[in-house]
Amino acid sequence: MASDAAVEISRLNFRYGERAILKGINMRIPRGSIVAIMGQSGCGKTTLLRLIGGQLKPTEGDLSVEGHDMKAITPDALYRLRRQMGMLFQFGALFTDLSVFENVAFQMREHTDLSESLIRDLTLLKLQAVGLRGVRDRMPGALSGGMARRVALARAIALDPMIMMYDEPFTGLDPISMGVIAKLIRDLNSALGTTSIIVTHDVQESLRLVDYVYFVSEGVIVAEGTPEEIRSSNLPYVHQFVWGEMDGPVPFHYPAPSMQDFLAGNSPHSRRSMHA
Amino acid sequence: MLNKTRQELENVGRMSLDLVSGIGAVFVFLLLTLRYSATSFQRFSLTIREIFFSGVLSLIIILVSGLFVGMVLGLQGYETLQTYGSSESVGVLVALSLTRELGPVVSALLFASRAGSAITAEIGLMKATEQLSAMEMMAINPIARVVGPRFWGGVLSMPILTAMFIGTGVLGGYIIAVLLIGVDSGAFWSQMNAAVDFSHDVVNGLLKSFVFGLAICSIATYQGYAAAPTAEGVSGATTRTVVSSSLAILALDLVLTAFMLKG
Repeated sequence: MASDAAVEISRLNFRYGERAILKGINMRIPRGSIVAIMGQSGCGKTTLLRLIGGQLKPTEGDLSVEGHDMKAITPDALYRLRRQMGMLFQFGALFTDLSVFENVAFQMREHTDLSESLIRDLTLLKLQAVGLRGVRDRMPGALSGGMARRVALARAIALDPMIMMYDEPFTGLDPISMGVIAKLIRDLNSALGTTSIIVTHDVQESLRLVDYVYFVSEGVIVAEGTPEEIRSSNLPYVHQFVWGEMDGPVPFHYPAPSMQDFLAGNSPHSRRSMHA
Repeated sequence: MLNKTRQELENVGRMSLDLVSGIGAVFVFLLLTLRYSATSFQRFSLTIREIFFSGVLSLIIILVSGLFVGMVLGLQGYETLQTYGSSESVGVLVALSLTRELGPVVSALLFASRAGSAITAEIGLMKATEQLSAMEMMAINPIARVVGPRFWGGVLSMPILTAMFIGTGVLGGYIIAVLLIGVDSGAFWSQMNAAVDFSHDVVNGLLKSFVFGLAICSIATYQGYAAAPTAEGVSGATTRTVVSSSLAILALDLVLTAFMLKG
């Protein structure tokens, strides 16, 4: 394992049945870095995260995580690898039948033989790290969205993972919670040396946080670079995305027959042709 | 005309294929559950918790229904037997009806609606809120950790609930026949004692309920696990659990009864 990359992807294609989701993806994520994968909703970024986590298998191409070939990995090896990975899901995915404390302690109970007092201390440390030691006895239903996300983060880092994956960590959060989550991601990265992969469409927050950015559009990487390169990019797609412009390479209107045809009754959806 | 007949035949064919592949999928899922069942027994506290949710929380509906079914049997049985002058045999009628058929079948139908639907909804919602994915990403097999304990909790609860249903049913028959109508108490119990065979009636009845438990819990866990991760997906899966389980119980009852009858 001479490579210093935590994740290496080359010429990766992924299809659901006949539908191509990812096409010819090349990516290299160095150990200890924070990398963002950005793009519109439905462009294939979450699929990419699931491929890295081994929940999906590539249709074609190579994908290796910490030196493991994810196409040929056995279920046992995959489970061993996942013990070194953490994932923060979009809405937390906390276990609703367990308290906050039990959620964070879950992996320690399942994967280790640690004593009860050690599990208690470690769990409280993780909760302290996200500032929520005070809600240890609450059930997930009694938490706000931002708190649930932070508890989920504490749970994801319970076993000090080497790779952390964040699926839309900022979606649906108020600016304060967003700032807190961003700070936590940065702190965890510097304290544990974790490689972090963030899938997001939150441009400004992410550009402040990450070392490198990949832009995905319709299953293809259309741009990549450091945050400075991205901010000063003249590529029309990147410019539209970074500055939130309404129209551009990604059109405001979903493809439809022209308005003139519609009014003239030449379109199959226009009222006149429907009565014809 | 020919086209229409052909289309109807195609529909029948497609439905048959769906039915067979559906039964196959449930069976494959059952084998997977059995394969990963070690956790359910090594950490029995997980299964005990599910016995509480599936079994203990179903007690009210099972006991109340058992009592009413027994009382109705007592009334109907007395009415019919009186015609032949053998109203003392009402205890036999109540006990045999309950141990052989009504106990296992009715309690299984109630269990499918009360506990089976809850198992499906819970697993389906865990899937919809990505809790199962989260578990997978933590290198924990959801079939071993989530499905197994719920499956075994239900399977172990079912025969106990049936036994309780039969017990309260007999009590219901006694209340009506002996306490209200005035059938001789000694005749009621002694005829029942003489006519009910332990291995042929009681054990076979509980064996049936064990098989029904296996069917209900396989269907309920499968439907939850395979549900589309949306609100409609979970509600559809819950309905399918109740409908498929009920039909499976009735079909299995016919097959089991055919094998169990002495003659």
